Amino acid sequence: MCSKQSGIITAVIGMAVAGWAQTASADTLRLLTWGGYAPADVVEMFEAETGHTVEVTLSNNEEMIAKLRATAGGGFDLAQPSQDRIAGPQEEFRIYKPIDMSKIDESQFIPSMLKATMANTTVGGEVYGVPHVWGTSGLVLDTTEAGMVKDYTDLCSDAVAGKVSYRLKRPTLIGFAFAMGMDPFAAYGDEAAYTEIMEKVEAKLVECKPHVKTYWGGGDELMGLVRSGEVVAAMAWDTGGWKLNADNPDITFVAPASGALGWIDTFVLPAKGQADEAAYDWINFVMQPEIAAKITDAAGNFTASKGADAFADDALKARYQASFPPEAVDNIKWYPPVPAGLEAIEGGVLDRVKAAN
Amino acid sequence: MRASTKLGFILLLTPLLLWLSLLIIIPHIDMFLVSIRERVGVREYETSAANYLTFFQEPLYLRTFLRTAVMSVLATLITLIIAFPVSYYIAKIAKGRLQAVLFVLCLIPFYVSELVRTFGWMILLRETGLFSNLLQWAGLADRPVEMLYNDAAIMIGLVYTSMLFMVVPLVTTMESLDDAVIEAGYDLGGNGLSVMREIVIPHATPGIVSGSIVVFMLSLGNYLTPTMLGGKDSLWFTELIYSQFIVRFNWELGAAFGFLLLLLSSLIVWGMLRLTGQTLKETMG
Repeated sequence: MCSKQSGIITAVIGMAVAGWAQTASADTLRLLTWGGYAPADVVEMFEAETGHTVEVTLSNNEEMIAKLRATAGGGFDLAQPSQDRIAGPQEEFRIYKPIDMSKIDESQFIPSMLKATMANTTVGGEVYGVPHVWGTSGLVLDTTEAGMVKDYTDLCSDAVAGKVSYRLKRPTLIGFAFAMGMDPFAAYGDEAAYTEIMEKVEAKLVECKPHVKTYWGGGDELMGLVRSGEVVAAMAWDTGGWKLNADNPDITFVAPASGALGWIDTFVLPAKGQADEAAYDWINFVMQPEIAAKITDAAGNFTASKGADAFADDALKARYQASFPPEAVDNIKWYPPVPAGLEAIEGGVLDRVKAAN
Repeated sequence: MRASTKLGFILLLTPLLLWLSLLIIIPHIDMFLVSIRERVGVREYETSAANYLTFFQEPLYLRTFLRTAVMSVLATLITLIIAFPVSYYIAKIAKGRLQAVLFVLCLIPFYVSELVRTFGWMILLRETGLFSNLLQWAGLADRPVEMLYNDAAIMIGLVYTSMLFMVVPLVTTMESLDDAVIEAGYDLGGNGLSVMREIVIPHATPGIVSGSIVVFMLSLGNYLTPTMLGGKDSLWFTELIYSQFIVRFNWELGAAFGFLLLLLSSLIVWGMLRLTGQTLKETMG
């Protein structure tokens, strides 16, 4: 009778067995990535050029780390978590292996982004990540109805009550903290100070809760809510806003006054990856400007590939420039590496907000 | 001869033992070991009961569990109330072809996956959905009505998802009831109500109990329906377990929650059996 529940519970642990049972030949690249980062035409071109085959698994940051943790870094040959989620999990779970920079064509990367990512993903003197796709999260607004929303805290104003949505995840906590005039990134190293900031954010989110229609979970869910007009203001990714803008010019992505939150998704090698050569080949292949532009088309976000902008879609570039005037670009808050253990503090806050009445 | 029957017995038993030990017992032992570990620093762990204490000390977790349990019990009752007349009609009143057709009709929704079924409800219930538009068209509402993202929506989803698991055992037990017994009840001066109370329900009790246990366990362990249909307030206990494992990287607390769910739900089922004077042996036999 209990097998259904124990099934759910052990499914997570069962991943270990599943990953272990899945053996791959040396030239199969098992890629753990986000939707849009490995479009079918790019995979085909890569397979034709190198002879490797690519198996793509789509996931998100938390699931990537949970999957790799369950197998101690096995089951995949290349993964793409965000740059702030590499150093902490590496220290805690040892799920990645260092990148041999001599096998990567550094000239294909935008130098500043490569340098920043390498610095943020260095553990014990070894580099664990190189940048791939970057973007921001901020506000997606229906400008006809929610033009007055300038910052995350404006989502709690009465003018848009009941037509607001955001995720109940860590970017929301960080965004609200900045909008409330605090600097959570500066408090990353100090658990007491960080807890204090999170308590204030928790109070704000609980107060704001009656205004929220629902907390969205996946990108498609949010798209549905905004497209149908049920939600007019949301905290979301830039690419979501730009996709909606293509259908309805009134809806667009706006960088909040306190600064959009910038993320960089990277390439990392899982500790027990079996096809490192294929992984390096893939990195060097997709960082070529023409290929990177194809990924930008599919994912909606720009890459760290130098010169790829020249090949990118003009409509997307126009949307990017409309959302990001130069001063907004300078104001982007890039996520620093998350120290191990911080998730527990945030987790408590998120649970309490979800359960509050 | 003796040796060969023994070998046959062992061979027959092996798949069951492998199933139980590999998929249920060993993972649970492992999970128990994880649950009594406490993280004290980077890659440093200590054996302690801290995770279990967290469950009882943080009112949020206990409240969420109670909420989940109460709603699951409610879902079981509603499912039983709806499924009982349906099963009675299929087993006793409908005859021949109609019986088979009705049974298949109950089965058809289960041909599609749970995800699609739940999404179907989302399309019907949402603010710009079918019901809302229908109400406006009929003049019963003057603006869009939101019927999604609340506890009632979760309840609808749970009942719909588990209906079959109540209908099947009920139909099976009621079919084994001889029509002559019901007729005898009427001959002896019983009316519809007393025949139902004295003959049909007592005979169907094993079906009711086993159906209720399955539906209760399915609802309690459901993840998809409460997360998709539920609103911003509706935290389900399995959602807590998922987020501890996947989002917070806190396997220790997640494992403790999983174990508590197993223990507490077994306790509730045992309590219900005692309360209704049933034993598991009668139900299964």
